[in-house]
Amino acid sequence: MADVVVEQGRHISSARKRKGTSLRNVMGRKSTVAFLLTLPLILLIALLVLYPAFYSLYLATLNKAMTKFVGLGNFTFLFKRETFWMVVKQSCIFAITAVIFKALIGFIVAHFVHNIPGKKQRKWRGMLLVPWVIPPAMSTLAWLWLFDPSYSAFNYTLSFFGVGPIPWLGETFWARFSVILVNVWYGAPFFLIMYLAALKSVPDQLYEAAAIDGANWWQKIWFVTLPMMRNIIAITTLFSLIVTFANFDIVRILTSGGPLDTTHLFATWAFQVGIQSSDIPLGACVSLFMVPILAVAAIFILRDVTKRGNEA
Amino acid sequence: MSTMTIDKAGPTRKLGSMSRDRAWALRWSYFFLVLFAIFFLVPPVYMLITSLKSSAEISAATNPWWVFHPTLSNYVELLTSNQFLRFFWNSSIVAIVVVIITMLISIPAAFALARMKFWGSATLATGVFLTYLIPDSLLFIPLFKTLGVIQDLTGITLLNRWYVLLFVYPTLTVPFCTWIMIGYFASIPKELDEAALIDGASWLQTLTRIFIPVALPGLIAATIFAFTVSWAQFLYPLVFTTSVDQLVLPVGITTTLIKGDVFNWGQIMTGALLGAAPPLIIYAFLMDYYIAGLTAGATKG
Repeated sequence: MADVVVEQGRHISSARKRKGTSLRNVMGRKSTVAFLLTLPLILLIALLVLYPAFYSLYLATLNKAMTKFVGLGNFTFLFKRETFWMVVKQSCIFAITAVIFKALIGFIVAHFVHNIPGKKQRKWRGMLLVPWVIPPAMSTLAWLWLFDPSYSAFNYTLSFFGVGPIPWLGETFWARFSVILVNVWYGAPFFLIMYLAALKSVPDQLYEAAAIDGANWWQKIWFVTLPMMRNIIAITTLFSLIVTFANFDIVRILTSGGPLDTTHLFATWAFQVGIQSSDIPLGACVSLFMVPILAVAAIFILRDVTKRGNEA
Repeated sequence: MSTMTIDKAGPTRKLGSMSRDRAWALRWSYFFLVLFAIFFLVPPVYMLITSLKSSAEISAATNPWWVFHPTLSNYVELLTSNQFLRFFWNSSIVAIVVVIITMLISIPAAFALARMKFWGSATLATGVFLTYLIPDSLLFIPLFKTLGVIQDLTGITLLNRWYVLLFVYPTLTVPFCTWIMIGYFASIPKELDEAALIDGASWLQTLTRIFIPVALPGLIAATIFAFTVSWAQFLYPLVFTTSVDQLVLPVGITTTLIKGDVFNWGQIMTGALLGAAPPLIIYAFLMDYYIAGLTAGATKG
């Protein structure tokens, strides 16, 4: 009974409102307010992210002077070029190796930090996160100087151990090694901080229970820590895979793709082709090759995020 | 309570060996932490060492890890050169304005998405997260072309002007900031804003009087993040600006201090160190907020 009365009341009031539809009523409606509050965000995403993304697809089908539609001509042209396959290969080597080492170092260091007494953790955490805070363009300049062909501080140090001068950025293998090293240096602290947050959320009772059952150090990690951290490890790794795959700064400053284009990634090659050689359609075409990898990673991350959202 | 009982009931006879194990684990932890700290801190420390050297000392074949004749000449030279100050000024103004724009867009949007369930709000929240995953290296070519087209159509000069970065950087900062703010706003108890609405507050009043003060830590985290991203961005300014007086710090240092094959390493390292200083200083004071923002963004909304 009470429900009916309330409903009737609501009908009456809404009818009264509808009669005097003024601007203030429309403004006061929840959905209108919500729409207005999100409008700048929607515009930003639509105009500066979605539109360029689709525009890029269109650009990729034009000829170099952007006067004629060539369909998939740019793509077939790329497939015939050796450099393109080199870029594919290098992008995969770079992203996979770098992410594996970042995750490993992050995991190991997070454990060490977690091991030490709580009060000292803050200091160590602060120190170890520094590479992530410095703008990568700046820190890569420092690495470039450390790798310098004639005054390399690394080679100077290595010479004391009888290890001959290493052509850090001059030879394909070492140049690949160097760009991966710098990327690992830059990205490992991110993993460290994510894993540290995850480690803190593992309840102590689980370790105590495992200790009572006689589990050794290794078994505790394998049967308690890893299963509890699985979600965060997965999401951090996928996220980092996207960022690493799309990396630009480090390779651009360190090697500019050299020697002989062997360290080019999709981003740096797209920059060289599209901006420096001003072949915008071909550049757009190159950068579009990142999309499948990004899409696969995004689908997995999204699945995880929505699952988490439903649990909460 | 259950933890307490387990602690007390734990086996006591193995206590000696366990504490010895723990002491060794601690020693090994410190040993490896020192090793990793050295690895992580070598480049910034080397920046500092080189910045204190004269060019003569840099090209001398002495131990590169030590400064024998420290000098501030690199700092003096850079801080009195108009170019470097110009880069620093451009970077500061871009970063500060981008932070303001980002907050103006993402706070209201996050509020609407966290509290006012409306048609399509869930899809939009997911869309924001997906946008955050789209990298700059995918969009720089179409954006460059679009800006060129707008310039041709309207006659407004956009390319090679520092202010074009004000439009472009929010694409990197807004999605992340909105995303972490949705999380912070969602964690505020519903009773708070329901009470405010019943008392007759409008939606905007609820936002400014309740949500912004309560979610201030999240806001600080988002602000730091937006600042760091705009300060560090390298690809967009490299593509969109070319004249020396329009450059921001990262591009300015890498393009103007390196002239041909001549590397003036003392100045380059000083510039890099000064360029890294603002985020480092902010981080030194607000580390906990920064970390909270990082972990909130990538794990949970």
